[in-house]
Amino acid sequence: MAKYDKATIEELIDGTIDFFQLKEMLSSFKDPGRFDTYLEILQERVPWEDRILLPYSLHLYVVQKSNGQRIIKCDCGHEFCEAHDNWKLHALIHVRETDEKLQVLYPELLAPDPQWQVIREYYCPGCASQLEVESVTPWYPVLHDFDPDIDGFYEEWLGRPVPQPSGKSR
Amino acid sequence: MAMQSSDVNLKQEELLNQQYRQSIGWNGKTLKEMREETDRLTAQSGYYAGLRELEFKQSEPIRYEKIFSKLRGGLVHARETAKRVAASPIVEQEGELCFTLYTPEGDSIVTSTGIIIHVGTMGSAIKYMVNHNYEENPGIEPGDIFCNNDCHIGNVHPCDVHTIVPIFWAGEVIGWVGGVTHVIDTGATGPGSMTVGPVTRYDDGYQIACRKIGHDDMLFQDWLIESQRSVRTTKYWLLDERTRIAGCHMIRDLVLGVIAEEGVDTYKHFSREVIEEGRRGLINRIKAMTIPGRYRQVGFVDVPYRHEDVEVPPYAKVDTIMHAPSEIVIDRSGKMSLDFDGSSRWGWHSYNATPVSFTSGIWVMMTQTLIPNDRINDGAYYATQFNLPYGSWMNPDDIRTAHSYAWHFLVTGWSPLWRGLSRAYFARGYLEEVNSGNANTSNWLQGGGYNQYDEMHAVNSFEAAAEGTGASAVKDGLDNAAAIWNPEGDMGDMEIWEYAEPLLYLGRNSKPNTGGFGKYRGGNGYETLRMVWGAKDWTMFFMGNGYVSSDCGMMGGYPAATGYRFEAHHTDLAERFAKQLSFPRGGDPRPAEKVYEKDLKADVKRDKQAITTEAIFENYDLYLNYLRGGPGFGDPLERRPQDVEKDLNGNYLLPEFALKVYGVVFQQEKNGHYRVDVEQTAAKRLEMRRERLQRGRPTHEWMREERGRILKDQASTQVRHMYATSFELSERFLQEFRDFWDLPEDWNLYEKDLDMPTFGSHHRAVNSNKIV
Ligand SMILES: [Zn+2]
Repeated sequence: MAKYDKATIEELIDGTIDFFQLKEMLSSFKDPGRFDTYLEILQERVPWEDRILLPYSLHLYVVQKSNGQRIIKCDCGHEFCEAHDNWKLHALIHVRETDEKLQVLYPELLAPDPQWQVIREYYCPGCASQLEVESVTPWYPVLHDFDPDIDGFYEEWLGRPVPQPSGKSR
Repeated sequence: MAMQSSDVNLKQEELLNQQYRQSIGWNGKTLKEMREETDRLTAQSGYYAGLRELEFKQSEPIRYEKIFSKLRGGLVHARETAKRVAASPIVEQEGELCFTLYTPEGDSIVTSTGIIIHVGTMGSAIKYMVNHNYEENPGIEPGDIFCNNDCHIGNVHPCDVHTIVPIFWAGEVIGWVGGVTHVIDTGATGPGSMTVGPVTRYDDGYQIACRKIGHDDMLFQDWLIESQRSVRTTKYWLLDERTRIAGCHMIRDLVLGVIAEEGVDTYKHFSREVIEEGRRGLINRIKAMTIPGRYRQVGFVDVPYRHEDVEVPPYAKVDTIMHAPSEIVIDRSGKMSLDFDGSSRWGWHSYNATPVSFTSGIWVMMTQTLIPNDRINDGAYYATQFNLPYGSWMNPDDIRTAHSYAWHFLVTGWSPLWRGLSRAYFARGYLEEVNSGNANTSNWLQGGGYNQYDEMHAVNSFEAAAEGTGASAVKDGLDNAAAIWNPEGDMGDMEIWEYAEPLLYLGRNSKPNTGGFGKYRGGNGYETLRMVWGAKDWTMFFMGNGYVSSDCGMMGGYPAATGYRFEAHHTDLAERFAKQLSFPRGGDPRPAEKVYEKDLKADVKRDKQAITTEAIFENYDLYLNYLRGGPGFGDPLERRPQDVEKDLNGNYLLPEFALKVYGVVFQQEKNGHYRVDVEQTAAKRLEMRRERLQRGRPTHEWMREERGRILKDQASTQVRHMYATSFELSERFLQEFRDFWDLPEDWNLYEKDLDMPTFGSHHRAVNSNKIV
């Protein structure tokens, strides 16, 4: 079974990992310890104290507040909503539904036709990061991309209880 | 209960059979009885064929692995050897062939490399023969050869032709071997293997429905004559068939050799256990790499049939959009269910799919991500639960449907699943496995007529096997590299294509801006400019996405660019060549600038209509084959400035977009080299973030406005048509839609209220009882 040190996983997260090492990583069996190393690095990097239960998306985490509440939080500190809720409904949205707005992104003739498809950008109200883009038909309900079963993951797959809110130190 | 006379006749016939024939299944059973038993045991126990323990693998692991390696190695070897028999560049250059070994009742045991979408389709054909008593009529005997390409029986599209051969040992069917090649033409309404013209099954070309085509390892003469007279490319057809037969016979010999060495009982036991092992393997991989929970995503692609350049019957003149919403649920036991509730209806075009193409083909994608190993068999199918709504494009309730380019929808329907799984990989830290999606694998340059050798010919350029790939969470996608259905993608050599097609290359270039932008960008596509040369009675057409991008970016990355078409007729190229004047060459980086037209006088079509039916192409006419890019990952404002600099200097990015999208400030030096100013870039990006906060609006506020547009019916007809067919098939999707937008309980959208033909929408109830 493969095993990688913390420095390698940091390079992976930063996208600076050597190509051949990355290729080797892709071809090898997965290292079961990855999740814990990954979590440790991410926890060290965020500027706040709440405990990360699950990395949710680029910049977003499901964290546990001291009162036990689970929320979706951006690494800038902005808190979106309860973990099972759709964070996009609590974000800022910008819809590109005209040729003019779409052609900011694509040369003419390479852009979607807004009569068929629009592009919706979701920004963090705190740091203005573009957290997700949807390319959908007009009227499409906002997608709830991911609703993880955190209890099931910890208890049944990792074989340990979900960390309790008693504190960040393990 | 009174007995009818027909019952008496049936009884007598059965008696006769018992008297003269011995069943060919195991232990005196018929194949049909074997099928029923396996299904019963699997359903009752939850384990394939009731195998709670992998006794053989556990007690003799080395012998077990040895048998597996022999079979798998033999299948791969047979594929490599047999493909040399073929002449078709699709098979010989691109490797569009595959061999699979099956149990007597049609479950796949092991498969070769290649187009492994067929791991289940030929099994479906075998099951069809088993369930339709082929054992009695036409009989299944040693040395028999069967053929199938019927989609409703078990296929993806008619150009994938199956050769299926039973393997006997001591009077019993010990298994089957199937071989499939992607043939270049099936005699459909238009030339080419994945033609656009067909709107019904009866336009889709030659249909072979599980037919016995040979005996004693010899093909029947009537079959050879009929099949040769039914397709345009007879030479390729014949050699493709020899390829399939050669491979099947090599594998039959291999299996008989393994049985001679290991014993027939061992082989039988092995063939059961390896499927159960495949089932467990998928569950283990899911637990090792994902997170239990619910993942939702969607794919769309355009069907723009109201355009004048799409010549189809009036009832097919419909503009609509394929809708493929998907929900992946991974439960705590590691079982995965894939639910496509809400999908739009099938239609009068050739992009419909069948359930088996869906459940079997999904593994061509999964082997690139979730199960990247050689244990691909029906075990994975038994570990997965599918909901493919009846009446939708992936499960038509009408036998009339056409399927010649089913991939137009399949690729678009599957790619979002990969994105969904990537969210799981991301959460677990397996960033190297994240893929933000896939290119629409088009354009398909197809056509036919008399070629440069005065032979009747059809072409289907597999340059489409090298699209841009999606970005990952750690690096850019690859440029012009692969296709979702063929990870070993290869664009092929220009010299080979020029040899195979009466089309000269005037350019072959990487196409800037076609990959989706992002922190990591999607791989760019490429484009080739072809000039018709040496052809007679020649037609061609376009096939790809045009008005929409068929996939989405991920976690802040953008979708890839959409398609468009360029074709030029009645050109002055002959004259230009004679006078040694300039002529169009190379790429078309800014399509609206019409760079080719600067060196050309011609009737040009340059627009978003990327699907057309046959158009006449004379020599010196031009055709642009543009192969798409892949989607991006992450916020473009986070892309390293030095990576943007590389994009600029490598012609992967048009300079004006470096500032607009990436916020990168740069200068061009005297030698033409671009240099990025890191400090000014940082300032520009801060400014762009402020602009986002200004233009961005709270989602709930925007939703109130969008709701108003829904209540006022403000959307194009094609968009409303898509919703109407989805609502018609799924009350659940309709209710979710109403709930999300807070619409009145009686709100609905009906197809009949749209200005569009509605053939096919009325027969649902009738047809629902008819399909076998
Ligand atoms: Zn933020």
